[in-house]
Amino acid sequence: MDLSRRDLFAAGGKLLILASVGATLEQITGAAPPSESYNVAEHWWGMIVDIDKCIGCGNCVRACSKENQVPQGYFRTWVERYQVGEDQQPHVDSPNGDIDGFPADTRTDVKSFFVPKLCNHCADSPCVQVCPVGATFVSPDGVVLVDKNYCLGCRYCIQACPYGCRYLHPETNTADKCTLCYHRITQGLTTACCEACPTGARQLVDFKNPQDPVHEYLRHNKVQVLKPYMATGAKVYYKDLDGSVR
Amino acid sequence: MRQFLRDSGHLVRPAVVLVVGIAAFLLIRTALIPKAFGKYGHYDAAALDRIRQHPVAFAGQDTCVMCHDDQAKARAAGKHAHVSCEACHGPQAAHANADDPSAHKPALPDVANLCRRCHEKDAAKPNDFPQVVTAEHSGGALCTACHQPHNPHL
Repeated sequence: MDLSRRDLFAAGGKLLILASVGATLEQITGAAPPSESYNVAEHWWGMIVDIDKCIGCGNCVRACSKENQVPQGYFRTWVERYQVGEDQQPHVDSPNGDIDGFPADTRTDVKSFFVPKLCNHCADSPCVQVCPVGATFVSPDGVVLVDKNYCLGCRYCIQACPYGCRYLHPETNTADKCTLCYHRITQGLTTACCEACPTGARQLVDFKNPQDPVHEYLRHNKVQVLKPYMATGAKVYYKDLDGSVR
Repeated sequence: MRQFLRDSGHLVRPAVVLVVGIAAFLLIRTALIPKAFGKYGHYDAAALDRIRQHPVAFAGQDTCVMCHDDQAKARAAGKHAHVSCEACHGPQAAHANADDPSAHKPALPDVANLCRRCHEKDAAKPNDFPQVVTAEHSGGALCTACHQPHNPHL
């Protein structure tokens, strides 16, 4: 076959144009993924934390660590112990995130209590806003997640989170955080921390489920989110939160 | 036509290069961007499914009760009624999902440390939560010497 350079370029060009049009069409009209029993549009997840029920046992921290293989020394959830004097200046400690429990506190001259912390799964999350590559996002059911295939490890989100809930995973070098046990809640289980909490201080809630006790709870209890002035749309509601909690 | 090409070839050739360039751009872009990207927002919606693939470690209370009905009844009658099985026994999905669960028997909890994690006296704990100074309370004896863990009244 006698093929001139001109013919080759012409044929190559036609092929390229046809292929790209075809590929674009396929992407636009591509078959939707198979429907499943879990519908993201029917849920809007959050959590309520009852400060007065937390006993600082650290069950949630250990459960989270085991469920999600959180690397040692890093925490997706942790418990802080506040000791607040009359000047309302808190002394806060959280030895190793409370994974081994707290040393006994015998001080009676201060108000002391435990505050479990985790990602607040903000609806208007600062960490999502700063991500330059779309690796972190609020899912349609209200969970802030990280796509580790997209994450560059630039750490912007870690700095942006007002609650200190993110870390750089030492092995993958990507941002990592609480997923609200997305693999569990999408199959009808509660989160590992809620499952392991012996006092019911944490409750996973679904704001879009009209049967969820959260609606009753929010009508009858005084609740607060952490750092409300940051306007992050935090969805972890704390009952009886002290003003000294940061 | 031949005359037209000769006169305006200097326009046609860059136009062809431009079209081919745009086609190459579209082709590469399509190949690189995942199919589900942009379905819900500026991210790959397939990441949701990838995150959901993570294995479950805690089987959940309902799963435990399916077989351990007797212990569940004892627990429901006492003050530990609201404490889930895996709060003390640890993650048991491997045990629950095994073909033969009895071959994956979970280790018994370390009672010497387990009970005091919750019940050791601490000023930061809620006042109405049952707490003891274990050293004074039992003098070193294991909690299970007197208390049944599933229904801990004496």
